[in-house]
Amino acid sequence: MKLMIKNGRVIDPFNNIDEQLDIYVENERIKKVGKNLDIKVDEIYDANGKIVTPGLIDMHTHLREPGFESKEKIATGTRSAALGGFTSVICMANTNPVIDNQATVKLIHYIAENEGVVKVYPVAAITKGMKGEELTEFGDLHRVGVVGFSDDGNPVMNAEIMRRALEYAKMFDLPVMVHCEDLNLSADGVANEGYYSTVKGLKGIPAVSESVLVARDLLLAKYTAGKLHILHITTKESVKLIKDAKNENVNVTAEVTPHHFSLTDKEIVNYDTNYKINPPLRSEEDRKALIEGLKDNTIDVIASDHAPHTIFEKDKEFNYAPFGIIGLETVVPLVFMYLIEPGHLSLMQAIEKLTKNPAQITKIKDTGIEEGGIADITVIDPELELVYTKDMVASKGINSPFIGKKLKGFPTLTVVNGKIVMKDRILV
Amino acid sequence: MSIQRLKGRHLLDIESLTREEIELILDTAVPFKELFTKSVKKVSFLRGKTVVNIFYEPSTRTRTSFEIAEKRLSADVVNIAVSTSSVKKGESLLDTIRTLQAMKADIIVMRHSCAGAPHLLAKRLDVSVINAGDGPHAHPTQALLDMFTIREKLGRIEGITVALIGDITFSRVARSNIWGLKKLGAKVRIIGPATLIPKDIDKLGVEVFYSLEKGLKNVDVVNILRIQRERQKEMLFPTIREYNRLFGIDETTLTAKNVLVMHPGPMNRGIEISDYIADSPQAVICEQVTNGIAVRMAVLYLIAGEGDLNEIND
Repeated sequence: MKLMIKNGRVIDPFNNIDEQLDIYVENERIKKVGKNLDIKVDEIYDANGKIVTPGLIDMHTHLREPGFESKEKIATGTRSAALGGFTSVICMANTNPVIDNQATVKLIHYIAENEGVVKVYPVAAITKGMKGEELTEFGDLHRVGVVGFSDDGNPVMNAEIMRRALEYAKMFDLPVMVHCEDLNLSADGVANEGYYSTVKGLKGIPAVSESVLVARDLLLAKYTAGKLHILHITTKESVKLIKDAKNENVNVTAEVTPHHFSLTDKEIVNYDTNYKINPPLRSEEDRKALIEGLKDNTIDVIASDHAPHTIFEKDKEFNYAPFGIIGLETVVPLVFMYLIEPGHLSLMQAIEKLTKNPAQITKIKDTGIEEGGIADITVIDPELELVYTKDMVASKGINSPFIGKKLKGFPTLTVVNGKIVMKDRILV
Repeated sequence: MSIQRLKGRHLLDIESLTREEIELILDTAVPFKELFTKSVKKVSFLRGKTVVNIFYEPSTRTRTSFEIAEKRLSADVVNIAVSTSSVKKGESLLDTIRTLQAMKADIIVMRHSCAGAPHLLAKRLDVSVINAGDGPHAHPTQALLDMFTIREKLGRIEGITVALIGDITFSRVARSNIWGLKKLGAKVRIIGPATLIPKDIDKLGVEVFYSLEKGLKNVDVVNILRIQRERQKEMLFPTIREYNRLFGIDETTLTAKNVLVMHPGPMNRGIEISDYIADSPQAVICEQVTNGIAVRMAVLYLIAGEGDLNEIND
């Protein structure tokens, strides 16, 4: 397969390129990058007026397989990723069985190779069964290719175990990825604690339940010199704590989701469970602080926290519905609408948080749009405006608060290993 | 104010009612209360209508009050009590109510432990829903009967000061009273332990007090909330004994004899209210119960009734 992507504006944070260039792809590699390339190919993709980037990487996806195939499968989750412009996804360990052993990692690799359309990189649990009690075999899991360790959703409440995890993971230079939530402070909470939870009679999850664990893990990372990645931060205090820690050279990176920088807890007033998310949507003040954190690079990564659920699970009383929303397909438009268009982030800065930074933290890749590099490429049309409808969704889950909303800035081409997997919003 | 205003609608909370709608309900309850002095306490405004009272939480007084109100309006009444545990395992709330809708129920009166459960039904189904209490969120008919009682006893609500005392965090009665009283122009204070005052409640325009002594100064009405013993197990206050000492209303903490004393029931005598106060002439707790039926009849009539109110006196 010979493919030419012509006349696009190439934004490549790996090589610090921002230029109109043609990209010639042969088989699975980028063969040539340059101006006005004239090579005979099988297919030319006209990227005029569009943005061409290294394949996007989603650092926080729940693919649900094995165990919860009614919510999502690797086949559907990776198609959702392709539609969202992602060429790689990093999948979380809360499957059944939990990704806490080599066999489950191998199984996911096997299913992804046979049924998936983008690259899948599993994260393993920090503790066996994500119970917060005993460490998993980091060495064995590293051997079969996990890219980090996380008990996402089940924070390790025992500080001693977190300390040992940070120390032990250092030997493999892999990040310990933490969902910061003090479970005693957040117990039974379903929405951000504040005016809206009070008025609507919903049990609150205080902002401080996140920040106290962020503070603890930063102190432990400093003490152990471990590699810490803080998942989906949502509070003003978390941003400040991480910023201070980075100034003290703590080895920490942080991530934010598009829903947390675009929505606030005001949305819960109608008890729509598509706004029930953990960590919860926070206040406007927090939302603004997250944007500041993105601007000054306190926050390194933008990730979806794609969390599909079935309709019947979500179609419930607010208290009984599970947390989480799908996100892979809406990351790019939300980044354009809420970060790039208002001028908060430059294109380069935004793309860096979707490509180079997650790649470096997890060490899955070190090349961008360059000759000889693997041809994982995404093309985005910043002007493409669509109403996001249920019919468009490639994920098995349709639990998105953005359904029915007009969004702008969609990926139009996803190339994985030199092969087109999505073209003009249609999966190939 | 047109009597048609609430026709075919829901009663989900006080927040979504206008002042005029609240006053319409209170005014409509007056002739219904007069009906109770007659030997035949029944009218036919809901004849041929089916009302289902579905209670996902145990309740004696609210359920009985609704049932009596419905029967005095000649509705056909079905009561369903569902235990929360069986619901979690079994059929979803929406499926259960869809079934009742298919049986052509006209009104669903629901009590549920989850805030927003009646709103889910109202949004999704084609049947009038009356909220008989949803978690800590709202208990609109209780607030309406409280306001009816205050108006009846004091002649007005505008400008008076009402203190709500106790567990505000978990109280749907408190939230609905705050909305209603504020809309009708009263000043509202809340008094309770700092651990049972929810975050940002002051943004609703209430004054917060942590001491009875300060909070009770110059109040016209005290509405004493039931304290749930489980809150002590959740460590929201150290002991029941200390709660009583700090926030219990008795003859030493409430000395002004002209202050109206209310309680939504059931009372914990000796904890949030003393026998002396509960049985004193300033307490209107039993009248609240009577008024509850009149107010609920008014709500049911305004939502689904047929016929003219004047028929009550025929």
